[in-house]
Amino acid sequence: MIRLLGARLVQIAVTMAVLSFAMFLLIGLMPGDPIDLAIAGDPRLTAEDAARLRALHGLDQPLLARYAAWAGALLEGRFGHSRLFAQPVADIILPALGSTLVLLGAALAVAATLGIGLGLLAAARPRLAPLVDAIAILGQSAPSFWLGILLIILFAVTLGWLPAGGTSETGGLDRLRFLLLPVVTLAIANLAAYARHSASAVGLALREPWVTAARARGNAEARVLLRHALPNAAVPILQVAALDAGALVGGALITETLFARPGMGKLIYDAVMGNDTNLALIALLLVALVTMLATLAADLAQRALDPRLRDA
Amino acid sequence: MGWKIRRGLAEVVNVAACSRSLVIVGMVAAAPALAQQREQLTIGITQYPATLHPNIESMAAKSYVLGFTRRPLTVYDQDWRLTCLGCETLPSLENGLAERETTPDGKDGIRVTWRLREDWRWGDGTPVSAEDLLFAWRAGRDFSTGFGGSEFYRTAYEAIVVDPRTITLRFDRVTFEYASAGDWQPLPAHIERSRWEQEPRSYRTRSAYETEPTNPGLWNGPYRVASVQPGAGITLERNDAWNGPAPAFRRIAVRTVENTAALEAQLLAGQLDMIAGELGLPLDQAAALERRARNRFRVHYKPGLIYEHLDVNHDTPMLADRRLRQALILSLDRAQIVQRLFGGRQPVAHTNVNPLDWVHDNDVRQWPFDLARAGAVLDEAGWRMAPDGIRRNEAGERLTIELMTTAGNRSREAVQQVVQGMWRQAGIEARIRNEPPRVLFGETLSKRRFTGAVMFAWISAPESVPRTTLHSDEIPRPERNWSGQNYTGFRNAEVDALLQAIPIELDREKRRALWHRLQAIYAEELPAIPLWFRADAHVWPTWLDGVRPTGHLAPSSLWAEEWRVR
Repeated sequence: MIRLLGARLVQIAVTMAVLSFAMFLLIGLMPGDPIDLAIAGDPRLTAEDAARLRALHGLDQPLLARYAAWAGALLEGRFGHSRLFAQPVADIILPALGSTLVLLGAALAVAATLGIGLGLLAAARPRLAPLVDAIAILGQSAPSFWLGILLIILFAVTLGWLPAGGTSETGGLDRLRFLLLPVVTLAIANLAAYARHSASAVGLALREPWVTAARARGNAEARVLLRHALPNAAVPILQVAALDAGALVGGALITETLFARPGMGKLIYDAVMGNDTNLALIALLLVALVTMLATLAADLAQRALDPRLRDA
Repeated sequence: MGWKIRRGLAEVVNVAACSRSLVIVGMVAAAPALAQQREQLTIGITQYPATLHPNIESMAAKSYVLGFTRRPLTVYDQDWRLTCLGCETLPSLENGLAERETTPDGKDGIRVTWRLREDWRWGDGTPVSAEDLLFAWRAGRDFSTGFGGSEFYRTAYEAIVVDPRTITLRFDRVTFEYASAGDWQPLPAHIERSRWEQEPRSYRTRSAYETEPTNPGLWNGPYRVASVQPGAGITLERNDAWNGPAPAFRRIAVRTVENTAALEAQLLAGQLDMIAGELGLPLDQAAALERRARNRFRVHYKPGLIYEHLDVNHDTPMLADRRLRQALILSLDRAQIVQRLFGGRQPVAHTNVNPLDWVHDNDVRQWPFDLARAGAVLDEAGWRMAPDGIRRNEAGERLTIELMTTAGNRSREAVQQVVQGMWRQAGIEARIRNEPPRVLFGETLSKRRFTGAVMFAWISAPESVPRTTLHSDEIPRPERNWSGQNYTGFRNAEVDALLQAIPIELDREKRRALWHRLQAIYAEELPAIPLWFRADAHVWPTWLDGVRPTGHLAPSSLWAEEWRVR
């Protein structure tokens, strides 16, 4: 296990290095550098101003030299300054990452709990499987922004129970009120995958001889389901959860935009569109790192659950 | 004063906004009132300010927030007249605060003196002084500081502190705008000078406006910054050192909600009290909101200096022909578009000069919709109607124009469809190709990589001389680092001469005549196709009074102390 962990960490480090170069290259090749945008927005900028500002921001250097300088600073722990927010990148990313992790963590938990619950129901009561399928399809096919708007209209505008968006200024339990609608919006869109995977995996497990043996030993059906079938069906579900960690960031962009929550999804979008290279690169790398670490955690959990995988 | 593209990420981040019309009629009645006993005013805007430093970068969100927290020396007011906010008297040749002189190198120059208001203080109690203006001038003159435009600082070659409240600038150019301090604003020297002197090159990131924005000493308006939530909002508290009329609200919270559907939802849910028109709802959305929630909100439509138009590339042979440009405008029923899409709330533009500007010529040539005349003009220009309904010239080339705008801007995309349909009736084929604002403004327009017409807007100040958009020297070229905004490539010797003459003509009536001539040429030559002047929709609660939008670059927040609860 330790050897596997070491090998995977090295793999992650190499992937991050390659990714950082690829991302730097892609962002550097995007049309319109920050000075082009500044010129378009401020007619007082003369040709001399443009040259001066390019030199000031190091944009007159070749791309490779800029990458070397950026990567060197990164290795020294200097993340640079955000052009969009005029603050050190770390000061912006850490709160955004915290906010997104809370949102994604809660959404993942709700989606997984509800999805697995529905999957178990479909596996244990095959007659209800079409109903579970219908719920899953409905959740999956409802666009997040549309669903979010509907929830806002119902719970914030009409009933006035929950805030329409933003973040809590008082903290404490009030934060939960602000979190509820975005979490539900994101969770509904994602529970379908859990419902379907768990229905299929638990359904297969329920046909295994050791489940028959468990039933023969007089175990209650609920115990058979939860203690015997579910742990054996958990491996593919964990894989879905690991992949979701990265994919949810895409969903978080829409949710964060719609509910005006500062977070990584919106930050990355703003940084890329606003040509904030430092911020975009660090944020994208961080998301990649979180995804890879989540996959690693899922792999380790799978090995813990299934002894056969430990020898693989 | 310059012309600026209003871009803003609000135009970009409308990924989810296409559902804004889903805010269902009749579901708005039960919104809770969270106005916190009117001690606090919560304002929604669609953009977050990139920086709070007054002299670095210009963007509407920053101007709006700084309107509450700082006062410029001079500004154009709601009646579009230059007025003093930080100074006592507007300098003029008549009152002796401005004097014409000869510069040391023999040029026509002018020295202008501003005397600061006696009671003007920073939030920590330090008086705003001539030293603060001197420091701002020095930092601006040192081009490694990274302030945006340097033209003002190049022209103002000497600053003289007369006494702690009086400063004189000497300019090596005399323009009618000599009394305007423009973007030259006092910086608190007692906080900022040492940071700047340490290393001007990295001052931008070490300025207290970036590192400690809640320092009261940075602010000299009726409010000061109390807290900042990056990307989400800025909370302002009353500035105790403010000696002007006391503002009505103890606290003002400016919240950024980029998605306009979410912005409207937060307003209806009672989380926001008002939406600032400077960075608020599109006109059609505001009109729909007005119909639904008339009892809770007032919507005020302020037409202004946002000139929506089509830039056409004059280097494309067919568009170099003035007759074709005239046919393009003749075949557009702009009055109908404004009526149908914008409820008639935006005045049709005949040139780039707004009818509200005193230099506007009411008798300027107009191009009302006339399809028959458009056809005749095109026939004369050699573009004959073909059986497929698209005109062709003698060489058999189709009359096809690439029509571009900012992708994701639903209002412009809707207009684009209508324009395409109207041109088609005249036998002109428009091929739509839209790009995200970043690509359109950062590359395609600024490097003139478009072949047809591009729809976008300029925002300007009153009597803004359009040198950067019309002078032939301002055509972006690689050798001038692509600076300049004459994207169309328009070249006209008389216009060049007028653009040189207008700024230096101090006599108002003579200047008016020059402006009228400029408009006459514009209307005849059509360097760009005028569409309309955009209106901002300001959404206020029925209990709020005293907000007076300007319709130009100066935000309504500059007069926040006049805002009152009914």
